[in-house]
Amino acid sequence: MSQPAIYLEQLQKTYLVPERDAGVVAAAKSLVRRKQRAIKAVDGVSFTVAPGEVVGFLGPNGAGKTTTLKMLAGLLHPTAGVGRVLDYEPWQRKRDFLRAITLVMGQRNQLNWDIPASDSFELNRVIYRVPLADYQQTLHELTELLDLSPLLSKPVRNLSLGERMKCEIAAALLHRPRVLFLDEPTIGLDVTAQRRIREFIREYNARHNATILLTSHYMADVEALCLRVVVIHHGRLLFDGPLADLVTRFSPHKTIAVDLERPIASAEAARFGEVISQSDSRLLVRVPKQETPKVASRLLAELPVNDLTIEDPPIEEVIEQVFAQESTP
Amino acid sequence: MTTPLLAAYSAYIKTSLAVQFQYRVSMMIWMIGRIVQPLIYLVVWTTIARTRGAEIGGYDAGEFAAYFIMQMIVSQATFSWIMWEYDYIIRSGQFSFKLLRPIHPIHSDVADNVAYKILTLFILIPAALLLAWLFPPTFTFQWWSVSAGILSIGTAFVVRFTIEWTLAMAALWTNRVSAINQAYEVLLIFLSGSFAPLAVMPRPLQLLADVLPFRWLIAFPIELTLGRLTPQAALLGFAMQAFWLILALTTLSFVWRAGVKQYSAVGS
Repeated sequence: MSQPAIYLEQLQKTYLVPERDAGVVAAAKSLVRRKQRAIKAVDGVSFTVAPGEVVGFLGPNGAGKTTTLKMLAGLLHPTAGVGRVLDYEPWQRKRDFLRAITLVMGQRNQLNWDIPASDSFELNRVIYRVPLADYQQTLHELTELLDLSPLLSKPVRNLSLGERMKCEIAAALLHRPRVLFLDEPTIGLDVTAQRRIREFIREYNARHNATILLTSHYMADVEALCLRVVVIHHGRLLFDGPLADLVTRFSPHKTIAVDLERPIASAEAARFGEVISQSDSRLLVRVPKQETPKVASRLLAELPVNDLTIEDPPIEEVIEQVFAQESTP
Repeated sequence: MTTPLLAAYSAYIKTSLAVQFQYRVSMMIWMIGRIVQPLIYLVVWTTIARTRGAEIGGYDAGEFAAYFIMQMIVSQATFSWIMWEYDYIIRSGQFSFKLLRPIHPIHSDVADNVAYKILTLFILIPAALLLAWLFPPTFTFQWWSVSAGILSIGTAFVVRFTIEWTLAMAALWTNRVSAINQAYEVLLIFLSGSFAPLAVMPRPLQLLADVLPFRWLIAFPIELTLGRLTPQAALLGFAMQAFWLILALTTLSFVWRAGVKQYSAVGS
């Protein structure tokens, strides 16, 4: 097996945060003795990512995703553990390492607002020491894939959120990084812009065999891009495997959707399972996984069924269940 | 190694000029503030010298005029605003982007500063000429001291920037940086020779100024350029600048390493 592009072993990050109660007395006390509390943002996470793999990195807010990405991108020093990216220790921030990676933060901007994106691109070309011919080729490719040509000469502040994000992503990829850390790259974008960015990420991965670790609250991003997901919660690894297995493992239910010839009474519908929705002739019931075949045959036998489909619950729902199960000890 | 760094500087300066050019008006207003301060000192001290009709600390009215016109130039050439900016740079997450780049962040900060100085030269030169017309300066012109003076202004900029950039890193530990900055500015104004030539200050303050970096950043280049120093005094001044440069660079590299380790990238 080839060497992993990303390797974490028992990676930990503990923040020390000052702590005090509300009020003047507490404020005065804190002048004399500062209380600090240790918060374990990342608590011993281990996983590896192979070169060219696209992995979804999931977890609720505050799970430790961004902290992990920041350690892997070299912004933060971990409290303990091992982390290697392309065989570099990220937080040493060696120039060759920084030239081989990129970090896109959907909620932060690196482009200067006062000048056109093309000026910032040119600056990045020099800073990353990209040979002119390579730069022109990459820029051409990015312009084509992201449809940038109408945007490049406008000052960044005059661009819409979606347009700006496209330029941000282009700026982050001009040096053709081999490892991409994408932290909520589609946040706040409309559906069309989200799809565009998603398609672009897939295309970039396919063309350059880049390794991608992606966090997103939009499951559509994850479903479209990631065969494998890593789920963390409270700084700990909860799941690492194929997206499909996450559903099998964490959702003990299936959804049966039936189209009926005529509407039925809700009391009658409830005999088959938990009714998710019922309208005119369409019925959606949630049933325990092992009972699915039995319930399906009962439905077919007892109701005037036109059509019946058995589905896994939407991934959002599964993820929600995972986190809900974990937060109630 | 050198060529890519020069290319980086050239690219940074170009970008910075493009950005700062967008803020012409605020730059003008800011510059006026920076010209008014030495102007006030100039008016006060020349007035005192004229009314006394005698030299004060070896300066007559014309020499005071020369001193403060030069003070304006040296202050403008060496000042930075970086200490006031880093708190924001860190809170806004820009620091993370600086860290992600394969180049030390100080280079873009220096380039920003140089770009600003280039632009403001077009205000500084007319302002200096205007002041020289209003308050005729007297000074001794010597080729060697003017050339050495220009060199000392360059060194003073490097030393001052290194010190202030190191202080700016305090923002990585505390969010009360403005208190530190205020204390620094007060020391700078009184002990650098900005407020008055050090010769007119009380002896204890002069002694204090000798052992601190500030006078070697402002008073020394002014006095050297105006031909007020002997070659021996000039050499001593350069030696002091070199001493502070080495000390500041050593501190910077230490503080930088510790600061980056400490950086918690909170919310950014």
